[in-house]
Parts: sequence; C-alpha cells; structure tokens
Amino acid sequence: MTAKLQLIGIKKRLRGRQVLDGVDLDVAPGRSLVVIGGSGQGKSVTLKCALGLMKPDAGQVLVDGADVTRMPQEIRARVMRKFGMLFQGAALFDSLPVWENIAFRLIYADHVKRADARERAIEAMRKVRLAPEFADVRPVELSGGMQKRAGLARAIIAKPDILFFDEPTTGLDPITADAINDLIVEMVKELNCAAVSITHDMASARKIADEIAMLHNGKIVWRGPAATIDASGNAMVDQFIAGRAEGPIQAVV
Amino acid sequence: MINPFAPIGRGLLEVLAEIGRFAAFAGRAAGSCFSPPLFAGQFGRQAMQIGYFSLPVIGLTAVFIGAALALNIYVGGARFNAESFVPNIVVLGITRELGPVLAGLMLAGRVSAGIAAEIGTMRVTEQIDAMTTLSTDPFRFLIAPRVLAATLTLPLLVMVADIIGVMGGYLVAVHSLGFNGATYLRNTFDFLESQDVILGLVKAAVFGFIIATVGAYQGYNSQGGALGVGRAATNAVVGAIVLILAVNYVLTAFFVE
Ligand SMILES: Nc1ncnc2c1ncn2[C@@H]1O[C@H](COP(=O)(O)OP(=O)(O)OP(=O)(O)O)[C@@H](O)[C@H]1O
Ligand SMILES: [Mg+2]
Repeated sequence: MTAKLQLIGIKKRLRGRQVLDGVDLDVAPGRSLVVIGGSGQGKSVTLKCALGLMKPDAGQVLVDGADVTRMPQEIRARVMRKFGMLFQGAALFDSLPVWENIAFRLIYADHVKRADARERAIEAMRKVRLAPEFADVRPVELSGGMQKRAGLARAIIAKPDILFFDEPTTGLDPITADAINDLIVEMVKELNCAAVSITHDMASARKIADEIAMLHNGKIVWRGPAATIDASGNAMVDQFIAGRAEGPIQAVV
Repeated sequence: MINPFAPIGRGLLEVLAEIGRFAAFAGRAAGSCFSPPLFAGQFGRQAMQIGYFSLPVIGLTAVFIGAALALNIYVGGARFNAESFVPNIVVLGITRELGPVLAGLMLAGRVSAGIAAEIGTMRVTEQIDAMTTLSTDPFRFLIAPRVLAATLTLPLLVMVADIIGVMGGYLVAVHSLGFNGATYLRNTFDFLESQDVILGLVKAAVFGFIIATVGAYQGYNSQGGALGVGRAATNAVVGAIVLILAVNYVLTAFFVE
C-alpha cells in the first residue's frame, strides 16, 4: 500500500544550523504516527516542511506518491486542501468570532454560503464538545483547552485526508490534555485519515500513536509500533521516555 | 589585519538585499490586488479603518498647517510688497506638497504601524501559517485589501485635506490679516491649475501604496515574539516616512520637468 504521506531525505538549514539532516517518515491511510523529540530538535520544522509552509533544501514530500515540492503552485494548493492542521498555540484568528474561525476555509476558500458554513461550524463544535453558545465569542475569551477544541474543529471541518497536530496537549492540565487526546483518536478514526502528531508528552504519544518515531540531531533515530516503545533497545528513546538528564542525549540548558 | 571597509561593504550589501526583498514583496502585493479572489468584505473594513477613521487626524493637521502657511507667506511676502500672493501660494503649497506629504506622514504613523503590528502578531502566533493551511492566500486575504484600501483612500483624504487646508489659510487671512473673503477665494481658484491637484493626488496614491506595503512587509517578516512585533512597527514607521520623502522628491522633480 502506498503511503498517504512520505518524507524522503528532508534537509533544512536554518540560521547556519543543520536542523533537519535527512528525515525519512511515512504514514499510511488511517494510521497515526507520533514524532517525539527534544525541544529545538526540529519537530515543528519537519511539520512545516510537510505542510509546504517551509521549503526544504533537499528531499521530497510525497502525498499519495506525488512530490509536492516540485509541483506548480496551483496544483500544490489543490493537494494541500486535503490537509488539516492543529497549531501549537491553536493560532485562531483573533479578529473573527469562533464560528467564523472554524468555518474559515468553507467561507473563504470553498465559497460556501455563510449560513450553511455557520451550521457546519456549529456541527463541528458539537463534535469536539464545544458548546454552541461559544460560537459568537472571540477566541481570546476561550480557555486554552477550549481554544484547542476550536482549533481541532477548524482542522477537521473540511474532512481532511491528513491531519497534523503540533503539540496538541502542551500547556493543558492532565485531565484536559487527556480529553484532547481522546478527541484526536476519535476524529482520526471517524475521518479514517492519516495523522502526524508531534509532542514531547509521552502520555499523549502512547494514547494517540499507532507508531512512534524519535527525531534527534536532524534524523529519525528510532521508529516502531507504539506498544514496543518500552522495549525499543535504543538508549536515546529510553532516556527520553524516562525523562532523565543523564544519558546519550545532552540536556541543552 | 582587519579591512576597515569590510563592515561598510557588508552593510551596503545588506541594504541592497533588503531593497531587493522589499521590491519583490511589493510586486507580489501589487499583483495580488489584481488577481481573484478579491475579498470585498475585508477591503470595506480596511477602507473604513484606514480612510474614514483617519479623517480627524488629517483634518486637524490640514487646518493648522494651512493657517500657519498663510501667516508665514504673509510675513515673507511683506518683504517684497507681495502680501497679495498669500492665497495663490497657500493653495499651491497645499495641493502640490503639504497636503499629500503631511497626510502621508500622519498615516505612516497611524496606519503603517497598525498594519505591521497586526500582521506581525498574526505571524508570530502562527495565524498566517494557519491561514495558508486553510487554503487561503494571506497575500490576497490580508495584504491586498490593506494595500488597495490605502492606495484608494489616501487620494480622497488628501482632497479633503486640500480643502480644509485652504480653509485654514482663508480663516487666518480674512480674520487676522485683513483680506477680503471673496477676493481671497477668487484668487485661490483662478490660480489653481488642474495639474497641481493631479500631482497631489498621484503622490497620495503612491504614498498610500507605500504606507500599506511597508507595514505589511515588516509585519509579514517579523519574528521573535512581542519584541519582534514592536520592532516591526517601529521599522514600518521609519521606513514608510523615509520612502515617502524620497519618492516625494522624485515625483515632484518628474512633474516639474
Ligand atoms: N522560521 C525560522 N527561522 C529560523 N530558525 C528557525 C525557524 N523556525 C525554527 N528555527 C530553528 O530551528 C530549530 C528547530 O526548531 P523547531 O521549532 O522545529 O523545534 P521543535 O523540535 O519543534 O521544538 P519544541 O519542542 O520546543 O517546539 C530551532 O533551533 C529554531 O531556532
Ligand atoms: Mg515545536
């Protein structure tokens, strides 16, 4: 089966530092891949390259087997329509009410009528358990957890084939974080889409991952089924999941 | 051995590179004003924000400058027994130069900084990236409406400024310099040529484009949190002012030829 999304040999240099040095990843339809790794190891940069928000210096990003980095702009834009992304800080537009945030792409990219778009936004809010009375408030009036829910509703509204999550649980209390994890699992199952998440929250990784990959020094150093992570046989993975400062990985601080 | 010219050369190359990046950005911004989809609602909101809400600032600036100009020209003119030229020179100075330049400078403060801060905040909180993942081009949705609104409303604002500025001169001339009101107005309008007004309005449109584009450029490229957004706003104001004054000279020289 061809992978839904495949990264081959992605390299990216930023401010004179080789952040990504040949990253290879792939995720099959209906599967959930979680990328773990320390702060500043380039997890967000990897996602940005996959999403086309950053251009890799070398390597390929294949969606359904076609390389998006070498496509003409308009065709690439069409492929990108299959993507949904939940940003680390939710990245809601603070000038628009919550429902219009969620319905943004329906209104402005798909030219759905506002009344219909609003209806679908409220339906999406119900799916992520965000009460409809928040539809008309501004995002700043929502708590962090509610902002994440709104961001998730915005990411799923157009029924994407691939969902990306950048640290979906950071900054949330453990109970809210777990509720977000449950939602992610539920949405991925319901949409039957491929999911790529990045996190350094191991509880979250175990919950949402079918497979886990660890990014370190610009490369994937280990990858395997989520259930096998405790017996990875990789010293870096062991250090990461135990959260120890001493080991093969040097704490930067 | 350190080459003393190396830092100068490096600085110059950096400035040239920045000019090149800005030119490419301005070209893309201008292009996105003319390619669909156009977001009419966004344009309307920006036209209100940039044009309508700038009226008080522009009106106040114009009335005081017109009044001061009349006084100065009266004093200067008196040295050659040429006090009667006050209305002619006031209207010339305002339509060709002071109206557009002062409106441009006031809006560089009000509008450039605002655009840079708003778009800069959207950049550092990943709202611009989010917009891209929602299949909406930030150049069309965010930048084009602002650039269009500024380019189209600044000439209107300058027309208002011209009228209010001439009024300011008129009030001072009639009430404290002893001019006859009807004669003053007749001299003003008989003397004015359409090319004076056209020059002023062309300048205004160009300044409007500069104001919005510089603000958007600084905001779009800002990085590094609140500090970066603050720096973007400051750079936008300074950059817009310098560019307006330089382009003002070029346009004036071009029209005088
Ligand atoms: N737009 C950018 N311009 C320049 N450098 C960048 C940019 N984005 C990221 N970097 C650099 O790339 C490196 C990796 O950043 P990245 O955000 O991918 O880390 P991360 O693994 O997501 O870390 P965290 O877990 O803290 O979010 C960092 O050193 C960062 O300074
Ligand atoms: Mg990150």
